[in-house]
Amino acid sequence: MGNPSSSLEIRSRRWLGYTVLVVFALISLGPMWIAAKTALSDSRTLFTGASSLLPQDPTLFNFERVIGLVNPADPRLQQTSFGKIDFYRALTNSVIFTLLAVVPQIACSAMAAYAFARLRFPGRRLIFFLFLSATMIPAVVLFIPNFILIKDLGWLNTFQGMAAPYALMTPFAVFFLRQMFLSTPRELEESARIDGANYFSIFFRVVLPIHRSALATLTILSVLNAWNEFFWPFLVGRAENVPVMAVAINAFRSQQAGGVPDWSGLMACTVLGIIPVAILLVIFGRKVVEAFQYTGYR
Amino acid sequence: MRAPVLNAGANYIKLWNDPNFWNSMKITILYVVYNIPIQTVIGLLLAVLLARFGRSIVLRSIILAPYLIANVIAAIIWFWMLDPLLGFGNVVLHWLGFGRIAFFSDRDLALPTIAAVNIWRHMGLVALLFYTGIQTIPKDIYEAARIEGAGPWKNFTNITLPLLRPTFVFVLVTSIIGSFQVFDTIAVTTLGGPGYATRTIVWYIYQEGFVSFRMGYASTMSCALFLCLAIVTVVQMRIMRSGQSELG
Repeated sequence: MGNPSSSLEIRSRRWLGYTVLVVFALISLGPMWIAAKTALSDSRTLFTGASSLLPQDPTLFNFERVIGLVNPADPRLQQTSFGKIDFYRALTNSVIFTLLAVVPQIACSAMAAYAFARLRFPGRRLIFFLFLSATMIPAVVLFIPNFILIKDLGWLNTFQGMAAPYALMTPFAVFFLRQMFLSTPRELEESARIDGANYFSIFFRVVLPIHRSALATLTILSVLNAWNEFFWPFLVGRAENVPVMAVAINAFRSQQAGGVPDWSGLMACTVLGIIPVAILLVIFGRKVVEAFQYTGYR
Repeated sequence: MRAPVLNAGANYIKLWNDPNFWNSMKITILYVVYNIPIQTVIGLLLAVLLARFGRSIVLRSIILAPYLIANVIAAIIWFWMLDPLLGFGNVVLHWLGFGRIAFFSDRDLALPTIAAVNIWRHMGLVALLFYTGIQTIPKDIYEAARIEGAGPWKNFTNITLPLLRPTFVFVLVTSIIGSFQVFDTIAVTTLGGPGYATRTIVWYIYQEGFVSFRMGYASTMSCALFLCLAIVTVVQMRIMRSGQSELG
């Protein structure tokens, strides 16, 4: 085993492996760095600084102007290449949309999952099977009937219209939590029942506290998903006062004030859209990574 | 949008005779072919390397990062990176002695470029799923193979690949279903163009249903897409005999 040629081979193999991993880490983060660099640069340096890895004349002006911190009379806003965007509103809208989508989603899914895991009612197998099949349906198939329903309710361009489909229809969450709830030790539930607890108090006092960690995982996944959502909010929430982050960025990109998109403004928006995700990743790093790793959520 | 009228399947006949539908199906399948094999191979490579050399959570987080940002953001960042005039990617190409390339407005390059953006976004997730699969393979199998004198490549083809089959089924089924429905990247970058070069099936459904407001015909196409995905999934499950594990 102590053979020098083979230990050399192992060492060079290890170096090769590390190098490939580092290259892919750079490929993953590099484009985001270029976006951040552009956002931090003075927009007049886009051409001269195109090949630079560091911001030119570093400034926070692009961030300030997209979230409306700059006085409209400020002479620096007179550049023809600047588009119009109220990204502060878009971020606020995304927060509202995320809360409206995630909180009811977790609550409804947890109750449904408990019912599927523990209650005995006629047709429960069939209903659960239908629920699982729903995960296979492409989103766009559901968007057409959902759109007509939301339109008939008069909910186009409202937050309730944007959040409604996410609040109730989440087969993945139900499936995931059902698997968790099935693993609850029966004795705990039985002893609570002997003490006179009904299903609701067992659910809230026994089952939910045991599965805190699974609920946290699911919440992180749902928050990320809602924060990044585009297609459905794009269909029903395009009016001036309701667009979420991704819809606002898409609309901003299609304005071409000076013949080209307002790149420095756009990159400031993308950085602001990434920051909450980055914070989540820094605080809950392991939990986020493992959530995707073990659930295969997409 | 008009009130719905029953038309005895006329939409399905229209669909069968609609060259645009077949063309967008062709574009979608081409897109899946650009997207899935490369994404799966990169994911597998990264997973093996992560399992052998880099188990740190920081490295896994970095590799997963592109998947955690919005599709729209990934698309707009690459749209900027590959801008023919000012994009960093094109500046580098220019500097390396290649000409500037208009990736998103070239008829032949637009579709592979969109596929590349999605490979960039998804490779980390695929890597993590394979990494988890590799963790479930018992270490003593490798130990036994080492005593037999098997090298790393033999280990990979004789042990890792066959034992990863359940992971393969999961990764391929979910990523192909996702890939068939590509929309966000197209909405941000090419809008189905140039010409109709990136008019995939979901983009065409969107155009028919939500731009031209022909909801009936859009529904017909989305049912066809659903059927198509169901067939693809069943065929894959059959081919890969997903129910059985080599570990028995």
